Amino acid sequence: MILNWKTGGLLLGVVFFMAVFLVKPIGVSTQFVILDGIIGDVVNSELVTQTEDGYASTNAYLDKSNGKYAKAVSNPLNYSFVFVLAMMAGAFISAMLRGGVDASERSVSALWRANFGDSVWKRHAAAFAGGFIVLYGARLAGGCTSGHMMSGMMQSSLSGYMFTAGAFLAAIPVAMMMYKKEA
Amino acid sequence: MTTILLALVIGAAFGAVLDRIGATNPAIVGKMLSLKNLELAKTILLAIGVGAVLMFGGQMLGLVDVGHMSVKSAYIGVFIGGLMFGAGWAVSGYCPGTGVCAAATGRKDALFFIAGGLLGAAAYMVTYPAWKASGLLDKFMGGKVTLGSVPGAKYDGLMAMSGDVLGIILGLVFVALAFALPERISGSDGAVMAPAE
Repeated sequence: MILNWKTGGLLLGVVFFMAVFLVKPIGVSTQFVILDGIIGDVVNSELVTQTEDGYASTNAYLDKSNGKYAKAVSNPLNYSFVFVLAMMAGAFISAMLRGGVDASERSVSALWRANFGDSVWKRHAAAFAGGFIVLYGARLAGGCTSGHMMSGMMQSSLSGYMFTAGAFLAAIPVAMMMYKKEA
Repeated sequence: MTTILLALVIGAAFGAVLDRIGATNPAIVGKMLSLKNLELAKTILLAIGVGAVLMFGGQMLGLVDVGHMSVKSAYIGVFIGGLMFGAGWAVSGYCPGTGVCAAATGRKDALFFIAGGLLGAAAYMVTYPAWKASGLLDKFMGGKVTLGSVPGAKYDGLMAMSGDVLGIILGLVFVALAFALPERISGSDGAVMAPAE
């Protein structure tokens, strides 16, 4: 069911290559900002506005780099946003073809259950808090596993190595403290 | 329209592969980060190596457009953000890409990850001016730089050495690391480590 590392690594490497060959390197975390912007613009239509030569936002982050993000918020059918929606479709089809995820696994994974018990809400709270820190950190860093770690180190960019060093320096001790028992 | 079609095809392929290497399973990510099972780490190392060799090799042969490279800026905040990212990655077992894919496979905890992520991204959007003012977003060692100097690229190299050649060498190092990394570092066989049931 899970590909061995040689096959999986080769396939993943080819996908990363095809992306940069045909369009541009893969990245994901920016799209959380774009979705926030889309939601924010529905609530407050003043958030993103069209100007004579592009788009602008009252939020300094959406407005940076000549309104690059503001433009994406106004045009969600752009490459990067559709890419993430397509990722979900691809993962969904893959999961269905392998018989789906066990009902018992859907909220609490076996590893989590072995270390923290069956409480669904405990797991959901941890996933929520983790998600908050992950995306705050990814936006501060300007990328995530896809954009910095994989695309970045593939292109031998300095920022990719800095991000990866920081990510594993924190992730390994935290995971070793949390997951003492194996599932 | 072509770009949207490419987004659909490459995105779907990426999502499917992430699912098939186990990256959408937070238990597999948790075991990797606690060094109990490094199969996924070997997969990622091999992928980076394969991608680098194909990309830089293709650029040297003139088959790959160097202009497609997109190098992100280096600044101290990249490292600080990386630390935060790593902590949250360990707690949740998800990163942004695998989180959305896991939700699509039916994992409910991934929906909470996404909700937290949207709030975290929004919190950064609001606090961005303070980070900007702190100077931690200022360019570090030239900002958008690669380790070697890539011919034809719009990015400076930290070293004068050909970025293509260095890129291929580093790619091969990643492949070698993928082969060299043991399956597990922490603990011993599950049978020995497992507490009495």
